[in-house]
Amino acid sequence: MDPVIRFRSAVALAGNFPVLAGVDLDVTRGEVVLVRGSNGAGKTSLLRACAGLLRVVAGEAEVLGSDLVRDQRAVRRRVGLLGHATALYDELSARDNIRFALRAAGAPVGAAGPAMEQLGLDGRLAGTRVASLSAGQRRRVALAILVARNPELWLLDEPHAGLDADYRDLLDGFIAGAARAGSTVLLASHEADRAGPLATTVVTVGGGVVTGVSAGPPAGPAGAGSAGAGSAGAGIEPEVAGHVA
Amino acid sequence: MTAGTGNALTRALGAATIVAVAITAWLGLVVSPPDQTQGQLVRLLYIHPAAATACYVGFGLCALASLAYLWPRTRSRRWDRLAAASAEVGVVFCVITLVTGSIWGRGSWGVWWTWDARLTLTALLLAVFIGYLALRRTGGDPEPRAKRSAVVAVVCALLVPVDHEATTWWQTLHQGNTLFRPNPLIHGLQLWSMLLSFVAYGLLFTWLLIHRYRVEVLEDRFEEEGFAAAIAERRAEGSGPATAPAVAAADGPVMEVPASEGEKTP
Amino acid sequence: MWRDALVVGGKDLRVELQSRVTTTQVAPYAILVLLLFGFAFDQDHAVLTKTAAGLFWVAVLLCSLLAVQRSYAIEAVDGARDGLRLSGLDPAGIFIGKAVAVAVQLVVLEVLLGLGVVILFGTKLHDPALLILSALCATVGLAAAGTVYGMIASGLRVRETLLPLLILPVVAPVLLGATQSWMAALGTSSTDGWKWLSLLGSFAVIYVAAGILSFSTLVEES
Repeated sequence: MDPVIRFRSAVALAGNFPVLAGVDLDVTRGEVVLVRGSNGAGKTSLLRACAGLLRVVAGEAEVLGSDLVRDQRAVRRRVGLLGHATALYDELSARDNIRFALRAAGAPVGAAGPAMEQLGLDGRLAGTRVASLSAGQRRRVALAILVARNPELWLLDEPHAGLDADYRDLLDGFIAGAARAGSTVLLASHEADRAGPLATTVVTVGGGVVTGVSAGPPAGPAGAGSAGAGSAGAGIEPEVAGHVA
Repeated sequence: MTAGTGNALTRALGAATIVAVAITAWLGLVVSPPDQTQGQLVRLLYIHPAAATACYVGFGLCALASLAYLWPRTRSRRWDRLAAASAEVGVVFCVITLVTGSIWGRGSWGVWWTWDARLTLTALLLAVFIGYLALRRTGGDPEPRAKRSAVVAVVCALLVPVDHEATTWWQTLHQGNTLFRPNPLIHGLQLWSMLLSFVAYGLLFTWLLIHRYRVEVLEDRFEEEGFAAAIAERRAEGSGPATAPAVAAADGPVMEVPASEGEKTP
Repeated sequence: MWRDALVVGGKDLRVELQSRVTTTQVAPYAILVLLLFGFAFDQDHAVLTKTAAGLFWVAVLLCSLLAVQRSYAIEAVDGARDGLRLSGLDPAGIFIGKAVAVAVQLVVLEVLLGLGVVILFGTKLHDPALLILSALCATVGLAAAGTVYGMIASGLRVRETLLPLLILPVVAPVLLGATQSWMAALGTSSTDGWKWLSLLGSFAVIYVAAGILSFSTLVEES
């Protein structure tokens, strides 16, 4: 029972806006957590907070043993975030981008090769400037960086978006592999049928708080329905929200 | 819970200021005699040095408050507010200093600007602090904005000795531009008037500073009171993004956030 | 810190090599500025030669603004700045890396501009050691100050207009010092150029120290 994430009534700000308004969350090592919720609910904010990118102003927030309230920065090298933006440099090639990201994170540059191979980025694409790549290809480069770095906590924000079917399968393989190897995965996704079977836990987020936690994969399309019901429930009874842990 | 920024202290201070300024003006403009060498121009003596001192005090306060803000152990919103207030008041006096200095130069040398070391330095400081104030107006989130501004203020303050040396050396290269050597032999009424002007401007500076500081306090309170409401509204949002724009309306700087939240749609 | 600086600086320079913005855009801009000075001073050779040092440094200053803007523009695309924060790179290292990359580009531009000034304005050399040393000090100071203020402005929407307003008053002593040193080195003035060099040195030291100390605060911009 190795706690990787521990939030207690965590309030996080983006600007003046409380994107997380009192989150309670527990995640242990090796779990694959699916984070669900409607747009604007706080899924992305939750992931960013775990990466140490958001300021936690109230409550407790601990990731990988690091207190985020005291020091946001300590946890960053141990965490990998695959967000909507790819954080790549347009002018550099895919290979140079991956190498830079690895060096910056203090990871061995040698890991770049195998990761690129697995994601089909060796060959022509390796030397191509990122600006010339398609959105899906850019996502693959970002994913390659994550795979090569192999951090202890994977934070994936809508990772399936932009990838074709083959690479989606590949991504699922990586997620499963990471969990088996002892990393923990937090996955924010609208695609319940895709991401559901992988998940050991499902967390529903609404209004900046966690409105529901259930173990195991959700039951198919009903999962999407219950997400809506869960959020509506939170709207009707805001006091209940945030207590389920 | 004061709705305004005045209280008994500031009213008393304000009254004292008005009296002091009035007496200075009377002494300076009416009673004291014109100087032998500088003529009527010497009356600027009752404004310029005092204004300049107030200006430097303002900027100095800003730098010190910024340092206090950056130092983790003394970090507090109070210093950030003081920095903002003193910078603004300092800028006001800086403009007065430059204008009176320019007038003096016009009277003495016939040109609106001479590259006198102190005047040039003051002009540079004005430019720097206008940039500082512009920076303060930009950020949305108060804490990063306060930190950015504080860094700028401290670094610029470090440059003051460098700038001072630079402008002094530059002036020595071009002899004859020295302007403001108040006649060291001023005495009697002129001296007392000048000293009184320092007192008057000091009071004015303090009065302005207190009011400006309190305006900052009121602004902060306005933001904080919105915060609890923002949290409640955020939680109620669970039913969908429809309520998000309503929150944005409540709190100005929030405007951009719903847009970024909306970006999450694949 | 130094390792991180090397990583970041290397990346910035590699981006520049690939995109060649400095060579294909900023350099021509620099030459153009010199030509415009020629037009503005009505070909008056005596004036141009006499003011060559000052004109050179004004041109360098304008180019430094562009170089700094560019240095941060590459981070603004697609959340690279978040990437830098997430990477766990030492902020002081990021500062040094970026400042060194800007300084290298400035040196290249200065060599080009120097040639331009010699050709267009017909200046003569007097004291090359002073020339080079003061140029180096000034460049370090400009790059350091520019990197600090570029970071401050980079998260803001009004950054294009704010950055010059922040940087120019602050680097005014560099302009003064560099011009005076060069005027001494080019023989157009009898001032003690080495004294101005010490001024440039102090400025450079202050801004490098300021950057190293403050960058961790500045990089966090949530």
